[in-house]
Amino acid sequence: MSKPKVAFYWCASCGGCEEAVVDLNEDLLQVAEKVDIVFWPVALDFKRSDVEKLSDRSIAVSFINGAIRTREQEEMVRLLRKKSAYVAAFGSCAHIGGIPGLGNQFAKEKLLKLIYEDLETNDDRTVPKPLSKADGNELEIPEICEYVRTLDQTIDVDYYIPGCAPPADIILKGLTAFLKGELPPKGTVFASDKSLCDTCPLRDKKPDKFSIKELKRPHEVIHDPEKCFLSEGIICLGPATRSGCGERCINANMPCRGCFGPSPRVYDQGAKILSAIASLLGIDEEEIASEEDVSRLIDSIPDPVGLFYMYSLPASNLGDKRRNDEQKDNS
Amino acid sequence: MKKGTIERPKLVVFCCNWCSYAGADNAGVSKMDIKPYFRIIRTMCSSRVEPDTVLEAFKKGAWGVLILGCHPGDCHYKNGNYKALRRTLLLKRVLEDMGYEKERLTIDWVSASEGERFASVVNSTIEKMIELGPPKNA
Repeated sequence: MSKPKVAFYWCASCGGCEEAVVDLNEDLLQVAEKVDIVFWPVALDFKRSDVEKLSDRSIAVSFINGAIRTREQEEMVRLLRKKSAYVAAFGSCAHIGGIPGLGNQFAKEKLLKLIYEDLETNDDRTVPKPLSKADGNELEIPEICEYVRTLDQTIDVDYYIPGCAPPADIILKGLTAFLKGELPPKGTVFASDKSLCDTCPLRDKKPDKFSIKELKRPHEVIHDPEKCFLSEGIICLGPATRSGCGERCINANMPCRGCFGPSPRVYDQGAKILSAIASLLGIDEEEIASEEDVSRLIDSIPDPVGLFYMYSLPASNLGDKRRNDEQKDNS
Repeated sequence: MKKGTIERPKLVVFCCNWCSYAGADNAGVSKMDIKPYFRIIRTMCSSRVEPDTVLEAFKKGAWGVLILGCHPGDCHYKNGNYKALRRTLLLKRVLEDMGYEKERLTIDWVSASEGERFASVVNSTIEKMIELGPPKNA
């Protein structure tokens, strides 16, 4: 029997997910022995035409990372979907939109104008266009989509490997499930079903009742490693975030930023944490606080969308812009 | 939208069971004139209205969302309306950052006997929505 075929692909991502695969170290060699990697643009010299030659559903599993930002990415993931038996969204960007997803706060034109026209530059102000001419040759670059989409807003996705970047044990858990053929139900996220607070090492340190009197940003205070971040007034996304990351940030004295996506039974991660934080704000004095007092506390959050939706904007009720996109390009 | 039809504003009004819903009932019994462009959703408390629910309403085409609860100090559950106020103010900030006008989400207080107040709050919000038109970025 021939070895199962595996493909890796990247869309709008930073390359950290590819790095995470390489970070499997010796385990990667064992995996590589058992599978046949047929496509991996960052590491192996296979081209799109090689994928096109494969028969439909012949790739056992495609791991796709990155959000969908350009037409090329959209086309490639559609091609991979056709050629693969299973597709796994790999990393936060493919899963819930990730950092590139924050672009959904603005229309495409506004972003392009800011970057290519308004910001200072030493270079000439050439605005890249899908079609352009240089030295008598026609050049074509992929068009940018109106908005950022997650992978499952573009194609059918079977499994999710969350994290920015996914930790080695979660990747291995996913890979082993495919290799052994012991596949969980479709739509499974290969991580814990608990929220981060549930598995947090500071869990026992959290007071039963507390009120946030003043919001602080991580660089403004020296955090006591023995105290819960929220009780110190530092916003932590733990209550609404899925666990399974190994509490990497907490152990490094940083609050959770939500890269594992919403915990099960939560749809809109940002709205959920917003609700939790707002309830804790000045709870001591809520009966005497005027609307101005409340507004002053709220205004101490410099960028609420960027904080509450740092990783999950395109996957949320707030930032899902698919309707606009479809209206504009009818695709 | 079909050609030749007038686009009607859609206002979702969340009313708490104890004060505002009774206030809406009072407005109805007193036969007050209210523009017909709103839908009432009854909740047990104004703090039961999760930010997620409000965003869902916008996603499904609401032009505006109005949250009505008991007057401060009168909450049936003692302090639910204070939490609703804080959540709504924070959610407003988020909506503004996403390009929504700040008038699209409002929180106000209507007691069980204030039918007239219910009518005037709903009417003025609807007028504001007609002025603003449908959200451009929903």
